[in-house]
Amino acid sequence: MTGLLLLVPIALFLGLLGLAGFLWSLSSGQYEDLDGAGERILNDDGPLTRKTEKRD
Amino acid sequence: MNCCGAGLAAECTNNTKDLALWQRDEELRRSGRVMPDGTAEYVFSIPQIHCGACISAIEDGLLGVEGVVASRVNLTLRRATVRLDSPERAPGFLFDVIGKIGYKAMPLDMADQAHEQARQSSELLKALAVSGFAASNIMLLSVSVWSGAEGATRDLFHLVSAMIALPTVAYCGRPFFRSALAALRVRKLNMDVPISLGVILAVALSLYETFTGGAEAYFDAAVTLIFFLLIGRYLDQLMRERARSSVLGLARLAAKGAMVVLETGDIRYVPVDEIEPGMRVRVPAGERMPVDARILTGSTELDRSLVTGESAPVLAGAGDAVEAGTFNLTGSVDMEVLRPASQSFLAEVMRMLEAAEQGRGRYERIADRMARAYAPSVHILSASAFVMWMLITGDFHQSLYTAIAVLIVTCPCALGLAVPVVHVIGAGRLFQSGILMRDGSALERLAEANHAVFDKTGTLTTGEALATVSNLPEAEARIARALALNSTHPASRAVAQALAGTVPIEGEAITEVAGFGMEGIFDGRRARLGRASFVGEIAAVAPAGEGLVFAVEGGMSHAIAIAETIRDGAAQAIAVLRAQGIESEILSGDAPAAVGRIAKAVGIGKWRAGETPASKMARLEQLRDQGLKTLMVGDGLNDAPALAAGHVSFAPATASDAGRFAADFIFTRNNLSAIVEARDISLQAAKLVRQNFGLAIAYNFISVPLAFAGQVTPLVAAIAMSTSSIIVLANSLRLQRRNGATMATKRELVATPGKTIGAKA
Repeated sequence: MTGLLLLVPIALFLGLLGLAGFLWSLSSGQYEDLDGAGERILNDDGPLTRKTEKRD
Repeated sequence: MNCCGAGLAAECTNNTKDLALWQRDEELRRSGRVMPDGTAEYVFSIPQIHCGACISAIEDGLLGVEGVVASRVNLTLRRATVRLDSPERAPGFLFDVIGKIGYKAMPLDMADQAHEQARQSSELLKALAVSGFAASNIMLLSVSVWSGAEGATRDLFHLVSAMIALPTVAYCGRPFFRSALAALRVRKLNMDVPISLGVILAVALSLYETFTGGAEAYFDAAVTLIFFLLIGRYLDQLMRERARSSVLGLARLAAKGAMVVLETGDIRYVPVDEIEPGMRVRVPAGERMPVDARILTGSTELDRSLVTGESAPVLAGAGDAVEAGTFNLTGSVDMEVLRPASQSFLAEVMRMLEAAEQGRGRYERIADRMARAYAPSVHILSASAFVMWMLITGDFHQSLYTAIAVLIVTCPCALGLAVPVVHVIGAGRLFQSGILMRDGSALERLAEANHAVFDKTGTLTTGEALATVSNLPEAEARIARALALNSTHPASRAVAQALAGTVPIEGEAITEVAGFGMEGIFDGRRARLGRASFVGEIAAVAPAGEGLVFAVEGGMSHAIAIAETIRDGAAQAIAVLRAQGIESEILSGDAPAAVGRIAKAVGIGKWRAGETPASKMARLEQLRDQGLKTLMVGDGLNDAPALAAGHVSFAPATASDAGRFAADFIFTRNNLSAIVEARDISLQAAKLVRQNFGLAIAYNFISVPLAFAGQVTPLVAAIAMSTSSIIVLANSLRLQRRNGATMATKRELVATPGKTIGAKA
């Protein structure tokens, strides 16, 4: 019983962590272009794009 | 922005090309937004984007240009977002940059409702995440209870479940509660009524059990139900959004404003709804008329195909009235505004369109038709379970418990998934074939269609003219091409296209005489391309007839035949439809001779010519009164009311804004086989939806008697509900199976216009 008092909150906390992580990734726009994200791995000019985007 | 624009315009009022460019800049500027850091953001729709190479080509190509701070391509939505360093920089050049990379960009207006929609789907996704979290954690606790937790441990688990379930139901259940309330308010029942009732009663009962130390709580059932249903809701929303963004993405630069000539002689850009009667507007060649107006000075040729459906250009000069929406082909004109934009011909058609759309709003979706029978029977079942148990045992608590168990197991979880999943997969398959669907009910309606109506210009034909040039000596062909290249007139474009193999010769003083043709001087000799009478003035022998003629001064005159090109696959598509029992007819605004010719070529026996927007719509209503469900295919503004009045409608991507707005399906490829393919998919989808309903009802046949007998524990409910949902999902996924072409080859085919995808029939 005392074990449960510890384990249930831990389980819930970890679950909430996952939920918070998902909500963060959602609000930061990571799901806006799922097809494109897959294709972008193959492009080797990533750093160039990132550099220019940082400038603004 | 007007101030800097006025200066610019004053410099280049003489040059009609620059004037058009300037107007394009002004319109694009209004669609952009200024970011907090002082940059300006513009969004373009680029339908041809289809792979990773496109992403890097466009992004890198744009980044290399002066003034571009950032560019980002969205492959899913086929859009490019470009940020310029300052809102003052004219954004029109971006079209040319993207055009040079090899793509065709169309601006997107950020001010429209697409934003509101996007917010809605991310709300649903959030609710989905929260309910997923809650469902998994409550299920964890429930499994412990089912596997034997007792006494204080069980009560604790129930309490923790309650603490997770209550806020979850309150937050994630809102879409269902809202829709159920809305239905009840108008004294109707929809699927959401039994869902809301089931969820609320399950939670209330479980709370009671929790606080009285009872053994069985349904928190897991309530939350899992919401989770599954939200999946269906989200998919539905996602599909509608993607279709909408694609349709909006195709929005062409319609006349959103016009250049008004002030009394001082200055020119100012004025949005279309601020233009008033009596103002003087200047419309350069290559622009659409913003309002109904009368020409004061200048003469030009007009493409009135959006208004009348007639493809041949019409000559107009001072004193002629011009409708909004007609396209100015050859000359810049100054006009006096006759009516404000809200009363223009265009606005009139839009009003007809709205009226017709309302008529279609009466269509009842399959899921709602099911709900009408399903919801009352579920409620009656549950009530009779309560009455029966009261009569037999007299135990109020046990009777109520059984009644709620009946409500929970009959909750239309599988039904909620049955339709949206099939529609989403169907929309995905259509999308891959270059067909965009506006909403799920269109797929249902397409499967029901049993009569087809086609427009001619732009639908059965490509709207582009095809010139046949024969026996033209090489030297003269080079001159003809040089003349043709200098005009945007459809006939000139067709000639330039037909002579694509020859190199144009350098000429002097090439001018366009509006309404007559082109003239230029080559090696000291005059040459003309245009109307027979115009060319006859310089030719050795005056040409006979009316058609297009080319001649060099003192030389032979050469007649050039201009014909309409029939869209690829038109005749095949019509033949296939006929084989499936769907008869076709043509409604066209064009002259009878032209319509008859095309009708014969594509194999349609029944046609009407000289139709107006109103008479087209009337014909469709007449067909509806005969009990026919009409499939309407059209493109023009003149077709828009008919498109909305049809049971289901198609428009090519090249259609007018109004046409695309009114149509249910938009096909981006050049081939009419799209209609046959979409219908195939819709028939498959309809079959799967019926099967899904069958499966869901079969499930109820097993679970309802169990619940009636009081044998449904929370464990049984959880297993039964999940199993039925998974079976329905798995069945729906069968729609994804395609015969023949793999995904990769299909993508390529879609990406290359001109190549055709063979109709499966």
